[in-house]
Amino acid sequence: MKLDLMTDLYVFMLAAFIGFEVIRRISPLLHTPLMSLTNALDAIAVVGAILLVGEHKSTLSTVLGTIAIVAATSNVVGGFLITDRMLKMFKSSRPQKTVK
Amino acid sequence: MQVPQHVIELTYLAATALFILSLKWMSAPTTARHGVWAGELGMLLAIAGTLLNHGMDYQWIAIALVLGTIIGVPLGMVQMTAVPQRTALSHAFGALCVTLVGTSEFYLRGGEVSQFTLSVLCLEVILGSLTFTGSLMAAGKLQEWLPQRPITYKGQNIVNLGVLAVAIGLAAYIVFHPAHTHIFPFIIGIPLLFGVLMIIPIGGADMPTVISLLNSYAGLSAAAMGFVLDSKLLIVAGALDGASGFILSLNMSKAMNRSFTNVLFGAFGQEQVSGAATQEARNVRSATAEEAAAILSAANKVVIVPGYGLAVAQAQHKVRELYDALTKRGVEVKFGIHPVAGRMPGHMNVLLAEADIPYDKLLDLDEINGDFPQTDVALVIGANDVTNPAARTDPGSPIYGMPILDVDKARTVMVIKRGMSPGFAGIDNPLYYLDQTLMLFGDAKAFVGAIVRELSGGAQD
Repeated sequence: MKLDLMTDLYVFMLAAFIGFEVIRRISPLLHTPLMSLTNALDAIAVVGAILLVGEHKSTLSTVLGTIAIVAATSNVVGGFLITDRMLKMFKSSRPQKTVK
Repeated sequence: MQVPQHVIELTYLAATALFILSLKWMSAPTTARHGVWAGELGMLLAIAGTLLNHGMDYQWIAIALVLGTIIGVPLGMVQMTAVPQRTALSHAFGALCVTLVGTSEFYLRGGEVSQFTLSVLCLEVILGSLTFTGSLMAAGKLQEWLPQRPITYKGQNIVNLGVLAVAIGLAAYIVFHPAHTHIFPFIIGIPLLFGVLMIIPIGGADMPTVISLLNSYAGLSAAAMGFVLDSKLLIVAGALDGASGFILSLNMSKAMNRSFTNVLFGAFGQEQVSGAATQEARNVRSATAEEAAAILSAANKVVIVPGYGLAVAQAQHKVRELYDALTKRGVEVKFGIHPVAGRMPGHMNVLLAEADIPYDKLLDLDEINGDFPQTDVALVIGANDVTNPAARTDPGSPIYGMPILDVDKARTVMVIKRGMSPGFAGIDNPLYYLDQTLMLFGDAKAFVGAIVRELSGGAQD
């Protein structure tokens, strides 16, 4: 248990460093889609809620977990959807190799 | 069928890698959509992997997933002007999820876990609860369901910090006496109250900072949940989100000339420095749409500086027509965008991109400021404080030191404005009294439309 926590702390620290380095490079042009994207990614918390409901340990945990899944899923669906809608609108004036 | 645990863990590992790639691809508009796809794939893998767990009861999960999708789709289809409140609302949902899971975990196994885990669990619930109500308040203010005007009173910061301190004190008590479960509702309820109190003193102009900060809190609470559940995927996702929100908050506070501690403690409710408005009568030169069109068409380089007033007037598409008309005449048109133009970081870029203005013409503060001395016309539409030269020159000004767009260095400045009233911060703008400044009085959309008509009317010669 103690060792797991240490590993988790290392993971957190490394992820925070990666986050800072990667996100620092993102131009202000895309900061709004960035926020809606990280929001959707953050909703990975849905995994914890699914486990909670799936294990069905108590009525309380099932009820709270179900609401939690609803909240997180709406973030996943809405977050990815609006991010993609925004990014589709960004076009360059220079002719370029089109993405895809 | 029983899937071995390590297979499920491998889907989480793949999802973690995809999430990092997703953010990496967000760095350029050309690859950004790959980033979305990578994120979606990672999410799909992780959820599918979780559902493969042995002995799951699927009934409620299925109902919740369907319901969440039904709510999520309209939230993904909102108008671009409504993106800030949508974002605030999704911070609230994320925080709600984290808080509910944390609460369940406490009642299920609060007595069995280590003190470290229990403290992280309390942190998770406190951060989650305050982010939940704080984000709802922010969304309400942005949607204008709540008054946008900041409400301040004496000793506000002390009251707020006191409320938060009580919650933290109770959390510390629970960590040492986990059997006292009746205390637990208070470490949900008090932060819920704190979230409301925290947003009350915040006005519309500070929203970009607040949204970023709430983003960071939501991420950190998710990372805390990852520690409680020992889920490395969740720790990574939470850390990435937390880092992103943190960087954006720093950017915004820098752009608004606020200190770092100011951001950390959420004390945005600034001491209301009323800039003593000098009432001396000063000359203002105004011009008509016809004159403005003539000056613009004679220019070689034009920089348009949009502010939130442009979005309020729904003038993006008219601005696009102006951009087209000028570009057709061989005028080089760029846009100078201040980080706080709009209601959240980068919002103005999205609004202009929606109006089909190419993104390579949208330049950041640092990229555009060197251009102003060679610019013939700087056209300011719906922006005020971010163009105020007093921020550079007048140490007595409340916004002194704030990075601004140096429009006053352009040969001619034109400002579209309804009247001479000061902006958000209530500060007089000396820009309007400069010799090279022409005031174009009127509604942004109507005035830009009139300029476009003048330009196309004269296109024959």
